[in-house]
Amino acid sequence: MKKKIFINFNRCLGCRSCELACAVEHSSTGELQSAIYSGEKPGHRIKVEDYGRHAIPVHCNHCEDAPCILACPTGAIHRDDDEGPVLIDASRCIGCKMCVQACPFGMIDVSFDGKSVLKCDMCIERLSKGQEPACVAACITKALFFGNEEEENKKKRKKVAEKLVKTQQEEQKN
Amino acid sequence: MAKESVSIDKASRQMIKRAASEGIETVWDRYEQMQPQCGFGSLGICCKICSMGPCRIDPFGEGPQAGICGANADTIAARNLIRMVAAGAAAHSDHGRDIAHTLKLVVDGGTRDYSVKDEKKLKEVAARYGVETEGKDVTQIAKEVSEVVLNEFGKQEGTLTSAEVYAPPARVETWKKAGVMPRSVDREIVEVMHRTHMGVDVDYKNLMQHAIRTSLSDGWGGSLIATEFSDILFNGPEPIRFSANLGVLEEDSVNIVLHGHEPTLSEIIAAVSQEKELVKMAKDKGAKGINIAGMCCTGNEILMRHGIPVAGDFLQQELAVITGAVEAMVVDVQCIMPALGPLCDCFHTKLITTSPKCKMEGVEHIEFHEDKAVETARVIIKKAIENFPNRGKVEIPQEKEKAVAGFTTEVVFNILGGKYRSTYRPLNNAVIEGRLRGAAGVVGCNNPKIQHNYGHIAMLKELIKNDVLIVTTGCNAIAAAKAGLLRPEAASMCGKGLQEICETVGIPPVLHVGSCVDNSRILTILAAVVKEGGLGDDISDLPVAGAAPEWMSEKAVSIGMYFVASGVYTVIATPLPVLGSKKLTKYLTEDMEKEIGGKWAFEEDPIKAAHMMIRHIDRKRKALKLKPPMYKQAFAYKE
Repeated sequence: MKKKIFINFNRCLGCRSCELACAVEHSSTGELQSAIYSGEKPGHRIKVEDYGRHAIPVHCNHCEDAPCILACPTGAIHRDDDEGPVLIDASRCIGCKMCVQACPFGMIDVSFDGKSVLKCDMCIERLSKGQEPACVAACITKALFFGNEEEENKKKRKKVAEKLVKTQQEEQKN
Repeated sequence: MAKESVSIDKASRQMIKRAASEGIETVWDRYEQMQPQCGFGSLGICCKICSMGPCRIDPFGEGPQAGICGANADTIAARNLIRMVAAGAAAHSDHGRDIAHTLKLVVDGGTRDYSVKDEKKLKEVAARYGVETEGKDVTQIAKEVSEVVLNEFGKQEGTLTSAEVYAPPARVETWKKAGVMPRSVDREIVEVMHRTHMGVDVDYKNLMQHAIRTSLSDGWGGSLIATEFSDILFNGPEPIRFSANLGVLEEDSVNIVLHGHEPTLSEIIAAVSQEKELVKMAKDKGAKGINIAGMCCTGNEILMRHGIPVAGDFLQQELAVITGAVEAMVVDVQCIMPALGPLCDCFHTKLITTSPKCKMEGVEHIEFHEDKAVETARVIIKKAIENFPNRGKVEIPQEKEKAVAGFTTEVVFNILGGKYRSTYRPLNNAVIEGRLRGAAGVVGCNNPKIQHNYGHIAMLKELIKNDVLIVTTGCNAIAAAKAGLLRPEAASMCGKGLQEICETVGIPPVLHVGSCVDNSRILTILAAVVKEGGLGDDISDLPVAGAAPEWMSEKAVSIGMYFVASGVYTVIATPLPVLGSKKLTKYLTEDMEKEIGGKWAFEEDPIKAAHMMIRHIDRKRKALKLKPPMYKQAFAYKE
């Protein structure tokens, strides 16, 4: 089972380090100082949204039945393999923005030159080197974490189990 | 846990390994845990000055380009930088104030534990400040000098006397023209806080003008006063031998490490530590005696004047404790890692804070006051002695390098000139003839971002190889001592010209001029070189450069700024946190030179940085129409 990016939004302090790390990772140099001074605008593929006083990181979920893939008329948005992330091949993109409309999470933006779109690639290059996605690595509070669905569900189920047992013990005491 | 390879220093490596095997966390582990560090902070574009914020600017130009108040990246980065300058200037100058105040206590009868040790220096300082000395006794002169100088900190009118009288006239002229003449010490620091309050100074250039003014009030003010008055109270240093590195700790002695920055208490502890009664007490506890070792700039202060061994530099403070051989670590102010508290809980080492300005929760505080200095020193030493039997397993690295320090503006070039020709002339001539390519001040801290001591040592070796004479202070000096560069024998690592000078005069190619406030000695050396003549009218004409290859503190920012503002090209490793503002970065690294004669450069590779300094030196030589270097140079290039 492949891993995905999980969000624990209670931990997000809104520092936007994930956004910055994403932009740097997708810049030509991959390094903060030189990326800024090159004048390029790599854009970021994760967004920290606000709701009330909360900061909520929103990211591409690499949907199983991805609407962006269905909407793309040229096959620019695709998967390399069934379990892999949803990717964009900029050379095949015609800039029709169908995917932008289709994404239910609002996570596909038009690129700065308007010719293509910015979309999370789950940092496949980093993954191939055994690293976590840049946004996850940049998150100091672990509001973002890279985990396995099965393991995360297991953790949640354990918590539910713990709660049930504790409730029962409380009841027995009374 | 951290790998030994984080340091090039053998003794440090051994202790890092020991820490790892015992599961003890050090600065390098915490550095790893802190990765990745915040991009907004490192670029200087995060502002938390008012409570509408915190705000941050998107450096890629996509998101917000102004904070809630409207401050853009230029304003935010400039305000953050100038606050760093203010903190650095405050640290140095508060240190200077305390030393000047000690002299005042001496003459007012407030303490019997100190006295005027260097009358010659006192009279020289009196002459600089225009205090009449004719027909007056030492106490009267000291009284008048200390009053005049203490007044400099907070005076409300005029300009800072020391900046006017110590700096070359052409330099003072440049400052006046640029409108950056400091007016007093405290005032400039206060004004930084005012200007950077919400809704005051917005113009990054206007902010930098005041950053320059504030830094000058440190270098040619607070720091200079600290140096001059330490010399008056504790004697102007003379060349002296000492040894450096963790190997100076003694297995069978009571080891007391004096760490921090000020000489006031450490001088007394060093003197008192050899009292018969205390030594006997140590012997009764099973020790051979009492061994005092310095650390960081307190270490530099006491090694410069007494040859007291120095246990290490900034990044070795934890490692000294990890030897298990330190009975007491006595700290005053600045560069004392809060991590020492929990670390000392793992060992028998007693951590003792002594300054009312520096306390640590849960750490014993024995407050030091000048009027009962000796008494306090005895109490502290007794605590250390009593702690000796509590030692656990001890592991002291063997490394201990011999070194020579004690060079000052007054003595170093007297040595170069010889007893009968004690002037700066031989030094100036050596530069003019091309025996020396130039000179460099290489100073500053340690920083886990740079492999420990690699930045310092690689740069020093590259410079001396190219006939560049070095003056050093602070943790660079300690690193150099450990690497054997403060021995006359280091001449063998130099280019032929510098080697000839070192061998003829018997000096090391890297001259230790003191602690970080003693960077003011480098300023006065530069002023003396200008005055000697033949190398231009101003410091900015000289074939010299400055560097801080492992800097980390706000003090280093102030030091860098006052060197740049004094006309010195200064290369630092980790960039100032300003890169988020392209305008401010360009101003600091390019445009500033036109206005003030010096500029900053950022380069993390110490060899590349050394080459940048040498190129600058060569440009200055060319402008002065000096001959090319006398001998073939290791670093040659085509323009």
